Amino acid sequence: MSDWKLLNTSTASGASSVEFTDLTGYKIFKFVFIDVNPATDSTNFQMEGSTGSFGVTKTTTAFSAYHYESDSGAALGYEAGHDLAQSTSPQPLSGSVGNGADECAAGELHLFNPSSTTYVKNFYSKLNLYGSDNHTGNWFIAGYFNTTSAVSAVRFSMSSGNMDAVIKQYGLVAS
Amino acid sequence: MPLGANKVALYGASADTGSAVLLSTATASSSASISFTLPTAYKQVKFGFYELNPATDNVQFQFQTSIDGGSNYNVTLTSTFFTAWHNENDSNQALSYTTASDQAQGTSYQTLFWSLGGDADECGGGELQLFNPASTTYVKHYTSRMSGMGDSPMAMDLFSAGYFNDASNDLTNISFKMSSGNIATGTIKMWGIK
Repeated sequence: MSDWKLLNTSTASGASSVEFTDLTGYKIFKFVFIDVNPATDSTNFQMEGSTGSFGVTKTTTAFSAYHYESDSGAALGYEAGHDLAQSTSPQPLSGSVGNGADECAAGELHLFNPSSTTYVKNFYSKLNLYGSDNHTGNWFIAGYFNTTSAVSAVRFSMSSGNMDAVIKQYGLVAS
Repeated sequence: MPLGANKVALYGASADTGSAVLLSTATASSSASISFTLPTAYKQVKFGFYELNPATDNVQFQFQTSIDGGSNYNVTLTSTFFTAWHNENDSNQALSYTTASDQAQGTSYQTLFWSLGGDADECGGGELQLFNPASTTYVKHYTSRMSGMGDSPMAMDLFSAGYFNDASNDLTNISFKMSSGNIATGTIKMWGIK
């Protein structure tokens, strides 16, 4: 655990997005998301990569477990509405996050060897959210940027509107 | 656009110190519970569980938090739980939501591992992550993953997550215990993550 190096901390306040523009020097990066609070209710926290411009082709999987505070529903299932098949759209890392004053999401994303010019770039994430309709949601996303070009930057945003958040970038295994 | 004040200007991997600071290690020896005072200086706190062996067979390993310095462990939480398991005799294996181990605005101890085996060679391990437990603005999220040898016997991979639904009060303490009986042996470590 002690081999993770904290590289950067970004504190967003009413930001449309947060970018991390250096993905070199480490073979594995981790991004940790703390207190992600959207300005717009029921929006997804999402991620995009750049090889010079954002909109890299991705294929991904998505599943989640949810449970309502009212105990009216709880389940584990695949989330077909949140995966991508060779799409250049941003990848949701969560379902609908609530924008109440005390509502937020938290979690982390691992990105493997984004500097590779040989292989596709794999990633996986795990987030927990306070849903806009008062449920907890545990979201798991995985997939790959389907490019052999280096992914040089990543961008995090909400699917609509601005956000408050603390996002930390770590590196593991010096290349 | 996303740049300006919110663009992170990066200058390579210059920070060469580990991000995790080991804050405390507790070793169980027929312990009814193990508790820690939560740090206020870290937005991430991680717990590692090693070779947890219950004194009583087929019990749940659980945790709760306190907002009053450890006098009471009963913070309201809503949580999810799912499990993958596989019996040694190959008679049963599945991935499924585990309704019996979640909570909906409950104040009970939250299960992290159910049906933990208590034989001499059986144990479980894993980790728990708390996000910004010192916040007095937001609910406090946690995620966990445990694995080990369940009663039956079987291999188990257990996932829980949720939030402590108290935005106003910081979480001051955390407690771990078995649903019945003592923690016979095991080690729990707490890190603060920079």
